[in-house]
Amino acid sequence: MSEILKKPEAVNLADLKAATLDYTLRLADDSLILGHRLTEWTSNGPFLEEDIAMSNVALDYIGRARMYYGYAAELSVDGKMEDDFAFLRDEREFRNLLINELPRGDFAYSMVRQLFIDVFNSLYLPKLMQSNDQTLAAIAAKGIKETQYHLRRSRDWTLRLGDGTEESHERMQKAINSLWGYTHELFELDSLEQQLTDEGIGVDSTLLRAEWLTQIESILSDATLSRPEDDWVVKGGRTGYHTENLGHLLTEMQFLHRSNSGCEW
Amino acid sequence: MSIVTSQKAPADTTANLTLEVKQNTVWVERLHRRHQSEHAEIWDLLDEVKDPEIPVVSIWDLGILCDVSVESERYTISITPTYSGCPAMDTIRDDVSAALCRAGIENFTVKMQLAPAWTTDAMSPLGRQQLLEYGIAPPGNKVGGCLLTPEAGIRCPRCGSEQTERISEFASTACKALFKCSDCLEPFDYFKQI
Repeated sequence: MSEILKKPEAVNLADLKAATLDYTLRLADDSLILGHRLTEWTSNGPFLEEDIAMSNVALDYIGRARMYYGYAAELSVDGKMEDDFAFLRDEREFRNLLINELPRGDFAYSMVRQLFIDVFNSLYLPKLMQSNDQTLAAIAAKGIKETQYHLRRSRDWTLRLGDGTEESHERMQKAINSLWGYTHELFELDSLEQQLTDEGIGVDSTLLRAEWLTQIESILSDATLSRPEDDWVVKGGRTGYHTENLGHLLTEMQFLHRSNSGCEW
Repeated sequence: MSIVTSQKAPADTTANLTLEVKQNTVWVERLHRRHQSEHAEIWDLLDEVKDPEIPVVSIWDLGILCDVSVESERYTISITPTYSGCPAMDTIRDDVSAALCRAGIENFTVKMQLAPAWTTDAMSPLGRQQLLEYGIAPPGNKVGGCLLTPEAGIRCPRCGSEQTERISEFASTACKALFKCSDCLEPFDYFKQI
């Protein structure tokens, strides 16, 4: 009797570990891809301080990605390392949300994206800090401190540009309209995340949308900007269906590692 | 040199720091852990490892060095990153290894510890003083203080004026913000409180 009971439990544990690995990779991919997009501002920022700020935020995200990939490597049963996940997977294997991979656009576009994601992280990471998985909880605890700084900056820029000149206002509104349809994916919950939420490991992001909307609407309203209608939605990142932009990003990001296998720099 | 710089530093800084430190449980716990440790020689040895970006402050004084333990004659040195993306961590890991090797210790692991997340409260009073003398305004103490960097009023590490304003949330590294002093007109880094 006891043996019969033990077996399914062992299978479940392996299954849970595999699910946690997939979940960790999702979070890692989100951080890496957004971090890479932000690095594209390095030496292209509108002025020196902003250039440095963008690069610093990029570093925070890439550092976060490294912690997640490092943990994924620990969970991996086939001996994969941090770099294998970042540099040796193809487009369809990446699981980042689409909003992270969209090209950097103009400064308004990048800032609106940061605002949407910063507010999301400010709600998501405190929940992840309560995860039964201690490593994920620890990474979230580090991340939330940085997110507070990120959010203050993206909020300030939204107010300044939204309530700025006619051109800055117009560019901000255009960015909001172009990005809005990609925000729905932030609040999706598929069977993998449902399973991990049930286990007290993952976060049910569907519960965060109402608060996210309240905060975003308030900031947009202060910035004399308006919230678009929910009339179009694009999804697919979590299942590996990406926009064409990700392939181009990976080409540039992975080139050095793939053509000089095992090189360190 | 140190006499000149300490004269420049505001006179009551040390008194303020002492008061703050008494309420700072994170630092007190670290100090306690070190004092309780049976491996004093290792802790002392690692005092020579400085932060690569701020070469006057040791990783102990910055709160990066968390613990020294030993199991089966193998030392484990635990260090924690300040910020997730701190690019100095790899160098620090190498510097710790080099310091141990120079002392003839070869059986060790340098472990990256994520929890509890690093906070500026883990810094020592000496570390704060060294930052100040190096020209970086030290972080405030979170006990009773505001968390995010203020827009103005961080005391200038050069002339001591509080007539200062924030230029950027981020400076030469993620852990610092950039300020400008309206009295001596010099820009300076402020070590952000997190």
